[in-house]
Amino acid sequence: MAARAIWKGTIRFGDVAVPVKLYSAVEERGVHLRLLHAKDGTPVKQVMVHPGTGEPVPHDQVRKGYDTGEGSIVILSDEELESLEPEASRDVEVTEFVEPRLIGYPWYDRPYYLGPDGNEAAYSALARALEAEGKEGVVRWTMRKKEYVGALRAEGGHLELITLHHASEIVDASTLPRPKGRAPEKQELQMAEQLVKALAGEFDVGAYRDEYREKVLELVEKKARGEALKLGPPKRRKAEAASLTDVLRASLERVKEERQVA
Amino acid sequence: MPETSPEAELRRHAFWSGTLTFGLVSIPVALFSAERPSRVALRLLAPDGTPLHRRYTCPAEDRSLEWEEIVRGYEVEPGKYVVLTEEELEGAEPEKSRDIDLRRFVPADRIDPLYFDRAYFLAPAGQSTRPYKLLADTMERTGLAGLGTFVMRSKEYIVAILAENGLLRAETLRFADEVRAPEALGLTEPRAPSEAEVEKIARAVRAATRKFLDMDVLKDRRAERLMRLVRRKLASGEDVVHLAGEGHEEEEEGGVVDLMELLKRSVEREAEPSEASEKASGGGRRRAGKR
Repeated sequence: MAARAIWKGTIRFGDVAVPVKLYSAVEERGVHLRLLHAKDGTPVKQVMVHPGTGEPVPHDQVRKGYDTGEGSIVILSDEELESLEPEASRDVEVTEFVEPRLIGYPWYDRPYYLGPDGNEAAYSALARALEAEGKEGVVRWTMRKKEYVGALRAEGGHLELITLHHASEIVDASTLPRPKGRAPEKQELQMAEQLVKALAGEFDVGAYRDEYREKVLELVEKKARGEALKLGPPKRRKAEAASLTDVLRASLERVKEERQVA
Repeated sequence: MPETSPEAELRRHAFWSGTLTFGLVSIPVALFSAERPSRVALRLLAPDGTPLHRRYTCPAEDRSLEWEEIVRGYEVEPGKYVVLTEEELEGAEPEKSRDIDLRRFVPADRIDPLYFDRAYFLAPAGQSTRPYKLLADTMERTGLAGLGTFVMRSKEYIVAILAENGLLRAETLRFADEVRAPEALGLTEPRAPSEAEVEKIARAVRAATRKFLDMDVLKDRRAERLMRLVRRKLASGEDVVHLAGEGHEEEEEGGVVDLMELLKRSVEREAEPSEASEKASGGGRRRAGKR
């Protein structure tokens, strides 16, 4: 069963041109809840109203504007907004290739898969070359009147494209101050390091299951059947009164015991 | 009587607050988004330029509803809903709603980028920053990230806790069934390319490889174009509407700057005097007047 591609383009750098199709890599699975009017269970409607009259404004009369944050709004016409749109293009332009860690996790936004579009040989060659060189491409493209930046990666013979946030969309950790206060004791550091290493393992995303989703669906079934529900209040973990060193020592003991039992 | 300590203030403004644990060590934390809404989100206006407000209405009664009149429900059949209250939603997984238990640590660079979802910062929210700093220092030195799951705002997440610049970040990860496999999309094993084809492309990759990332490429170009247009119109006074002391509608993301102030105040808190007696938490003399 082949999925439908959401877009088509051509990856370009140097004299390399690889035609590709884009597919969403994300499958939404959350439990979707709707807002309802409590009294009659009707799903609510969202409207934009004039604050003075409380009346909704018809869609074709709604205008758009930029709020300066200093008490004024600059109204922008549809024509002006259209003039801001980028030129349509099917090019996925690689601006450079870099070491993957230069990009780093805070930038990654949404993942897509790329599949070949006709030229399978070029597609496979690019995937192999990227894997062999161990690099990620920084790419720019325009899709549905929006400009994107992304990371082009190869994994298992396939190409992936992960969109990146714009610089203005993320808070830079280096702008925030480090917590003050006394540095941890050498002994505490040693024990903490031992502890995290004792808990070290492989990254295996399949090891985690969304149990909450299952519990909510069980809850829905019970309510639908008219069953009474037994609920506990959220248990707030109380902070221990023991010293940090004692707690670390006890943690290490517990990990050792769990290992012996297993 | 509401608490006014910096920790309580933090918890009130946070997306989520609770404890982070590894082994038996508990670290009270407050979680804040590390993502800013786009600066250039436009407001919707009436024809006279007045900013519009969002309201929820009941189509049956044809009127606006107050927040207290609205509940959440799950559609069990088309048009038939089962209502779930906040208490019921929170009671579905009580432990996970208040605690992130880091049961496994992995090298930070082994986390597959396909799974990263949203980014948050964790601020220390207890009376002592010692356990927080201990975890941050340890993770920075070992290059390890802690993994766990937790429930926030009626949804469960896998979360990776990483240290950066002495601060703890939380990155939510997608569950395995939320990321499609290439096979599921019909992307079969591609035909093996020839050595020559691969080498030709590898040469081109090497030629385009750079040591440093030009951060310019991450600029929001549309935002820049928009701001140029806005500045031009402001300078000429064209299409500018002045808001007569309008109280800005309470937006959830409103005042990202305020949150950063809270975060800064939290991490700048001095060590408690009681740390001399090696207490991990509790019972310290609060510093008077420290804001």
